[in-house]
Amino acid sequence: MSVINDIGPKLAAVGYIADEPLSVALQLTVDLARPLLLEGEAGVGKTETAKALAKVLDTRLIRLQCYEGLDATSTIYEWNYQKQLLAIRAREHDRLSSSAIEKQIFSEDFLLRRPLLEAISQEKSPVLLIDEIDRADEEFEAYLLELLSDFQVSIPELGTIEATSRPYVILTSNGTRELSDALRRRCLYSYVEFPDHQREHDIVRARLPDLEANLAGEIVGFVQNLRKEDLEKKPGIAETLDWAAALVGMEVHSLLDDPDKVTSSMICLLKTESDLKSAPRELVSRLAGKAA
Amino acid sequence: MTPSQTSAPPALLSERIIDFTNHMRANGFTMGPQECITIAHHLSSKPLPTMQRVRLDLKTLLAGDRQEWLRFDDLFEAYWIKSGRTRASLQQKSSPHITRPERPAPLWQQHLSDNRPEGDGKTPQIEVETGEQPAGEASGRLIAAKHSVNRKTDLKNIVDPEEIRAAEALALQLARAMRYRLSRRYKTAKKGNRLDLRKTIRSALPRGGEPIELFRRSTRPRPVHIIVFLDVSGSMKHYSRFFLQFVKGLVCAWLHSDAFVFHTRLVHVTDAVRDRNSARAMTRLALMAEGFGGGTKLGECLGQFNRHYARKMANSRTVAIVLSDGYDTGAPEKLEAELARMKKHVRKLIWLNPLLGWKNYAPITAAMLAARPHIDYFAAANTLESLAALEPQLAQL
Repeated sequence: MSVINDIGPKLAAVGYIADEPLSVALQLTVDLARPLLLEGEAGVGKTETAKALAKVLDTRLIRLQCYEGLDATSTIYEWNYQKQLLAIRAREHDRLSSSAIEKQIFSEDFLLRRPLLEAISQEKSPVLLIDEIDRADEEFEAYLLELLSDFQVSIPELGTIEATSRPYVILTSNGTRELSDALRRRCLYSYVEFPDHQREHDIVRARLPDLEANLAGEIVGFVQNLRKEDLEKKPGIAETLDWAAALVGMEVHSLLDDPDKVTSSMICLLKTESDLKSAPRELVSRLAGKAA
Repeated sequence: MTPSQTSAPPALLSERIIDFTNHMRANGFTMGPQECITIAHHLSSKPLPTMQRVRLDLKTLLAGDRQEWLRFDDLFEAYWIKSGRTRASLQQKSSPHITRPERPAPLWQQHLSDNRPEGDGKTPQIEVETGEQPAGEASGRLIAAKHSVNRKTDLKNIVDPEEIRAAEALALQLARAMRYRLSRRYKTAKKGNRLDLRKTIRSALPRGGEPIELFRRSTRPRPVHIIVFLDVSGSMKHYSRFFLQFVKGLVCAWLHSDAFVFHTRLVHVTDAVRDRNSARAMTRLALMAEGFGGGTKLGECLGQFNRHYARKMANSRTVAIVLSDGYDTGAPEKLEAELARMKKHVRKLIWLNPLLGWKNYAPITAAMLAARPHIDYFAAANTLESLAALEPQLAQL
């Protein structure tokens, strides 16, 4: 078990500014070795959290992106069928009994390890990121339960494979589907909010150190106010960073300088047609004025 | 945190933790001995940190979803700091620290005679203009219906419980007809378009690796998810009763379904309709549906769905069924825009219009004309027969 005591400053050192609830949650994940379920709107930095944790612990990040129809063969293991067929052919004249061949071709050499099996058979505990678990279906959740509670995988031909090290598991969900209570009970839980003004400012400064200080302040103020508007999809932190980079590229030094340029750069923040329409030049200049 | 400072008698931390666990359980958190042990272990493993830190630790450990995450702080403070509001009228349960009752007192309680089991002759029914006679017990169970009863009457005359049961059976039948044929999960099947290599190779072993017998895999059909939108505005009142039964039948019998009623605003009624006590369910629903009056704002209501529910509920297997006569007091442009957006969330859009069955009726209201291009299937639904006739068409969708 790792002996990291105060994770917050260490996260900041690798460029991830976490608020207190989140750093407490990560601390507990490390201390108790329980999976952590992160929920929150898209773009609040849930996936980044896992990457930052892997950096802090100086370990591998194994990522599993979920989608509908995900099953055991693409997440846990699969037999290497081509190799098996070749092996059978190669031993055709060895006069081995079929059970002997079976033993050979269903051994670890012929096993293709998928992310979940990979994650429990590492030397050093990796960070396992199971991204957007709500996109996978209920059947997959059931597979996952066995893994998350016992950290072992049973393969009918091989027997049970026990974990050599327990991974730190982080699950993220966007709430497109209700997750089962069984899964929720096994996990620690944290709800990630959009960052407040100060934290977003810190993040922008940490990620884009070259950005002028007054522009950074304006950008954060603008985005914070924009989130209060009635939008279909509120801009996340990634959008703020993209926009800041775009403004630097367009050589904008203050949001008040050139409203047209700023309005045309809104495509970095607003990702649907109706949101773009609902933020005309007037609104942009009003928000810019407020921010400055 | 210094629990010994509080005036409560249990001075030991472990007792306080057990008490706290009870407090949280009484307030609707899922808490078992496992959670209790985890907390006790966690708090006793090192010197107690600050109150704020303990609060965050326990919040992370105990909350399971967003609702609990938001409620936790109040409950925590209510127990440990005793600054939470306490209600004088509260019933004492297992813990004296309950800050809110598990269930809010139901609004419709006074409208029900009492909590007697259903079917005692006094079961409240939804008011219909012609519904003087009580409809007796509507058990909500699916019982094979007699088809002899007066099948051609327009629905405004229906008060017969048999017919209501038939409506429920029909709803289930229709839902079954609409099975979405594709899923992405492969399973072993006799006829399939992909080889099941794992099985094939295993069976090939005794034959020296010659794959003589081929096993196949294919995707299995998965059930559709149905969302029903029922118009309960004034112009639909002759039909709402029957449709409510239809909706109830659907939601109770079909697991993957959700129900909304709308007039000038949209109300999510799945939970109310799923109530096992069918009389209470119908009363709840009727109360939720009534009392707003006025006209219909189709566009606005569908807009509410698009904004607040669509992302969570709808997926690629969703079929939306709108039960409405299309008399709309809102702007037709709004309706068209919202329907177009809704079409992006759901797979199919079905519109059942009771007026379509009338002689000389043509769907020429502005709203209907605006909606028409977005509808995949448009049909009449004012008799059971016309609903039953939908089955083959729905099966083809």
